[in-house]
Amino acid sequence: MSFSDILNIGLMQGFAGLSLFAVLLLMGLGLAIIFGQMGVINMAHGEFMTIGAYTVYLFSWLADNRFPRFSQTYFLVAIVAAFVIAFAVGWLVEWALIRHLYKRPLDTLLATWGLSLGMQQVFRSTFGPKEVSPTLPDWLMGSWAPHEGLDIPINGLFVLALTLVITAALLLAMYKSRWGLRVRATVANRIMANASGIDTRKTDRLTFAIGCGVAGVAGAAFTTIGSTGPTSGSLYIVDSFLVVTFGGAAHLLGTVVSAFGIAQTQSISEFFLTGSMAKVLTLLLIVFFLMIRPQGLFASKVRR
Amino acid sequence: MNTDYQAGRRHVLQGLIALALAGVSGLNWAASLPTAKVNTTKLAVTDSEVVVGQLHSATGTMAISETGSIQAEQLAIDQINAAGGVLGRKIRVIKEDGASDWPTFAEKAKKLLVNDHVATVFGCWTSASRKAVLPVFEKENGLLYYPTFYEGLEQSKNVIYTGQEATQQILWGLDWAAKEKKAKTFFLVGSDYIWPRTSHKIARKHIENVLKGKVVGEEYYPLGQTNFNSLINKIKVAKPDAVFAIIVGGSNVSFYKQLKAAGITGSKQFLLTTSVTEDELLGIGGENAQGFYSSVKYFQSIDNPNNKAFVAAFKAKYGDKAVIGDVTQAAYLGPWLWKAAVEKAGSFDVDKVVAASPGIEMANAPEGYVKIHANHHLWSKSKIGQIQADGQIKMVAESPKLNEPDPFPKGYQ
Repeated sequence: MSFSDILNIGLMQGFAGLSLFAVLLLMGLGLAIIFGQMGVINMAHGEFMTIGAYTVYLFSWLADNRFPRFSQTYFLVAIVAAFVIAFAVGWLVEWALIRHLYKRPLDTLLATWGLSLGMQQVFRSTFGPKEVSPTLPDWLMGSWAPHEGLDIPINGLFVLALTLVITAALLLAMYKSRWGLRVRATVANRIMANASGIDTRKTDRLTFAIGCGVAGVAGAAFTTIGSTGPTSGSLYIVDSFLVVTFGGAAHLLGTVVSAFGIAQTQSISEFFLTGSMAKVLTLLLIVFFLMIRPQGLFASKVRR
Repeated sequence: MNTDYQAGRRHVLQGLIALALAGVSGLNWAASLPTAKVNTTKLAVTDSEVVVGQLHSATGTMAISETGSIQAEQLAIDQINAAGGVLGRKIRVIKEDGASDWPTFAEKAKKLLVNDHVATVFGCWTSASRKAVLPVFEKENGLLYYPTFYEGLEQSKNVIYTGQEATQQILWGLDWAAKEKKAKTFFLVGSDYIWPRTSHKIARKHIENVLKGKVVGEEYYPLGQTNFNSLINKIKVAKPDAVFAIIVGGSNVSFYKQLKAAGITGSKQFLLTTSVTEDELLGIGGENAQGFYSSVKYFQSIDNPNNKAFVAAFKAKYGDKAVIGDVTQAAYLGPWLWKAAVEKAGSFDVDKVVAASPGIEMANAPEGYVKIHANHHLWSKSKIGQIQADGQIKMVAESPKLNEPDPFPKGYQ
């Protein structure tokens, strides 16, 4: 093997790590808002991602069958629609279910798990039990090959770019907008926030819905790299919780750092060990870390 | 138990009535074969009806795969009924849902055998569900027709395996790869559970001992893995002549989408799989796996009159867009093979049907001629197909002879 081969593999493996980082971050972001900021254990997070995936499928079907001239552009519209639909469903779920359970965090776990099973059955009854495959636009397929032997996946680049945009937007919203201020105030001290005139109920609902919307976007983006079926969401739920728990609840940056750490550990160990062993190693490291520091990477300094 | 006694008396009565009827009509099957005679083990058989069970996952993760089997078995049963039933008796199906949960499978199997006294069961899909129901079928002396290709290493008096066991699917496929594609170096990848691991064990022995080739990599990933970029880079480092892939479920979709995105396509890399049928291609998308090869025993596109009739009937019942994969076809064989064995035995009794089964032939199976081996698996021809952009698979080669099923292959364990 020549030097340029090794360089190429190194570059591609580096990108594999980056691309896993983007995937983990994107799937964790929505949960970080809901679990990290609100303390709601949302077991239906994966199903909100599936909503996004099926939105892409619906738009792809429309583009194929009704509006062929949009076959190259529908995907961008579908991502926005995925956010809107998942946001709306999230809003509804918060109103119907979650708001009654804020004082009983363990019950939200059970309720949202039931919700996830119900949603899976709705997908199954609506779209059928078999997996579907949205027709992706040509510009998202294949690889970017700057020179012979080096292939950078375009869908990976796309997910990476999308993740950066969403993360930046969320960080801005959380630390520069009125909504972010209200969320942070509510997280820090709900009673005090209420007393100072913040409508915490409204804040909760908006926060939950935004978290679900982001999950929808993640699901939409993952149609480029993963499967679309009634139970696709369950593939992501464990990793999502892992990223958020490891990152800690205090700051969205914790989620970013955590996703990066997990992705690099897994990606590098996968290359030198087998896939299953890499997973074992990654999980062991996380477990040990959480044993020493149960609050995760970034803990909030609030007196409890 | 009281009910047993009553049931026994009822059967005798029915037998008498049937005998009387036989005197009158003397023509139809049921009359010439009284229930008391064709059913000595208190199965749910009457003069006009025989009850069978169907046990698949209609809900849960496995519904993705098992739906096709449920449909194919129902189609075969409908066709058998339209043609007069089995021994003159119409088949009635009791459907139970295993719900992708193995203990549920065992419970429902017991219900079908003990409460419903079904004459046979068509069902299961994953090996885990089959292993869960196997003790129940052996204890209650039931009969199960199992449709999925699987790892082998099993043989039961109470099960007829209508899919291929591992050696049938793998050996001829690898021979073909070595001969036609000049493959010398192989990279084995699989999901981390019993089927891929057993299959790769067989594949490795065959590659090293028979083909005198080399295995340059063997990798397993947990079920549900969605990221394969590191694996793909390892394949690029190893530069194998052939990738031999057995990845299942949602991971399958991720694997092929990411292969394509990394520039590994059918035109650049030879890849052979035993886990992709037309059903899986619905989720993967034909364009993402185009040009790769699949080694199974049936493709929807097989060009023969039996298959054309089967595909037409399937589409007439389940819609034009219905897709038929290897397991769906194997599930379709179950009711027909059972009917043939029952009629050869002249009885619904499980012991007699089992005794009659070896040697049962089905000349008009969609996949072509099949025959039940003494070890309860099917003699069948292995086939290689190339995946097309539209999600269909085009057959490019077929084994010249029927491959003998060998669930306990010597020298491969």
